[in-house]
Amino acid sequence: MQPIVSIRDVRKSFGSLEILKGVSLDIPKGGVVCIIGPSGSGKSTLLRCINGLVTINSGSIRVGNFDVQSLKTDEQKIALRKVVSMVFQQYNLFPHKTALQNVMMAPVHVLRENKDEVHARAVALLEKVGLAAKADSYPGELSGGQQQRVAIARSLAMRPEVMLFDEITAALDPETVKEVLNTIRGLVKDGMTCILVTHEMRFAREIADDVYFTDGGVIVESGPPADLFDRPQHERTRAFLSQIL
Amino acid sequence: MIRLKQKSKEHWWITSRRRTGDGGTDLPVLLPPAQALTRSARAERAWGFYTVRLPWQLGLMLLALFAAGCGIAQAQTTANHPSIFATIWKWTPLLLTGFLFNLFISVLAMSIGTVSGALLGFAQISRSSPVRKAAWFVTQFFRNAPWLVLLFYCMFLLPFQVTVFGVTVPIPGWVKATIGLALPVMANVSEILRGAVQSIPAGQWESAESLAFSRARTMWMIILPQCIKRMLPPWMNMYSILTMATVLTSIVGVAEIMTLTSRALSAENRPGLLLAFYSYVLFWFFIYCYPIARWTLYLEAKYKVDT
Repeated sequence: MQPIVSIRDVRKSFGSLEILKGVSLDIPKGGVVCIIGPSGSGKSTLLRCINGLVTINSGSIRVGNFDVQSLKTDEQKIALRKVVSMVFQQYNLFPHKTALQNVMMAPVHVLRENKDEVHARAVALLEKVGLAAKADSYPGELSGGQQQRVAIARSLAMRPEVMLFDEITAALDPETVKEVLNTIRGLVKDGMTCILVTHEMRFAREIADDVYFTDGGVIVESGPPADLFDRPQHERTRAFLSQIL
Repeated sequence: MIRLKQKSKEHWWITSRRRTGDGGTDLPVLLPPAQALTRSARAERAWGFYTVRLPWQLGLMLLALFAAGCGIAQAQTTANHPSIFATIWKWTPLLLTGFLFNLFISVLAMSIGTVSGALLGFAQISRSSPVRKAAWFVTQFFRNAPWLVLLFYCMFLLPFQVTVFGVTVPIPGWVKATIGLALPVMANVSEILRGAVQSIPAGQWESAESLAFSRARTMWMIILPQCIKRMLPPWMNMYSILTMATVLTSIVGVAEIMTLTSRALSAENRPGLLLAFYSYVLFWFFIYCYPIARWTLYLEAKYKVDT
């Protein structure tokens, strides 16, 4: 099957610091991939490269019909971001808009869709993430977990084909992590292609089709979660997992 | 030593909790004033200008000064002079027109300065490097120049009339003075805007970008609405400073309150009136600026951005 995201030998440096040193991976449509690894191993940078927030130095990234590295103009990048949506660790909701307005903004103003239709969709999405009652609350009035679920609904409102999650539970209280993970479980069940950078190993094991362990800008090891977690081949993977599990 | 270390760690924890708005309690007695001081110092650093505070006690002091001035004047009043209050009352309508003119100049200069300052501020955060550098230079030049020098520049370098399509339009002195005052306001508004935009967390830009917002739309719909709150207190502070600076225009001959006061004093030719008249004028400025300054401080505390 043709992968929906195909990454080939991607390299990225910030100044003299090389963050990604030749990363390759494929994700089939509807696939769920978890990227794990120590801090500074380039996981978040890789996600940002996939939706063009960070431009790569060499290699290629293909998402659907887009060659991400060859997108130059704002219009081209905007077209890509209608296909790939990203959820951040710090939620980054717009604080001056209510939850509902946060969800509606991009479809109404960027996709120029009918406001009533978007409204209905936004309400349905908030219901899906279990926050229909909080539609008129401002982000400041919501807990971290609730904000993160609104952020997920906001990304889904763009009707993306691929969702990127960048350590979305890292800033949350342990109790609220569960509600966010449940939301992602729901998405996976609906067949959404998901790429998650996460430190939730148990969750990764449960949900991922493939897990990639990165360190020092390269993919050290990858495979189905059962293999990677239970029978890691590399010494580095074993060392990392022994620290975390 | 260990105890001291532990204490300072605890102190840091408490203050950082306060700073992040977690609402710490059990604060040492000295902390709230220290925090207020830190906060105002931070605000002044961010605004790039001193904060006009005007506590109400200052108003009382001005009243006392005025009363003392009246006392001195009354003591020096001879039989053929009207009383000090009658004299002040006589000149009040004239002084009032002068004061209104000051306010008119302040509003006009603020409007011009705000519009041009906003444009300059946007240029300061432009993606084009030459535009950004040029805007930075203009901002720094006018922000750091003495206001009086700028005023003289405008008075003597701007033409006294312009001819447009054969029609000659005179440019009166007060218009030039207004432009002269608008220049430093422009530079400061530019800096206020740049500071506010850059104080918005990068995550807001990033998430807008990932939701396919263009840069212009992100600025207009997401960044600027959040900036307004941050810009309002320093902008109002700027207006208080500007209002008080309008009296500078008297030096270049604009018929505002200071000019009219000195004219009144020379017409009366009674040196004893000096303190009474000038503290009277000062009190008017206090009355006008006091609510603005208090409201500014209130908004500053309300919208304070934790860093």
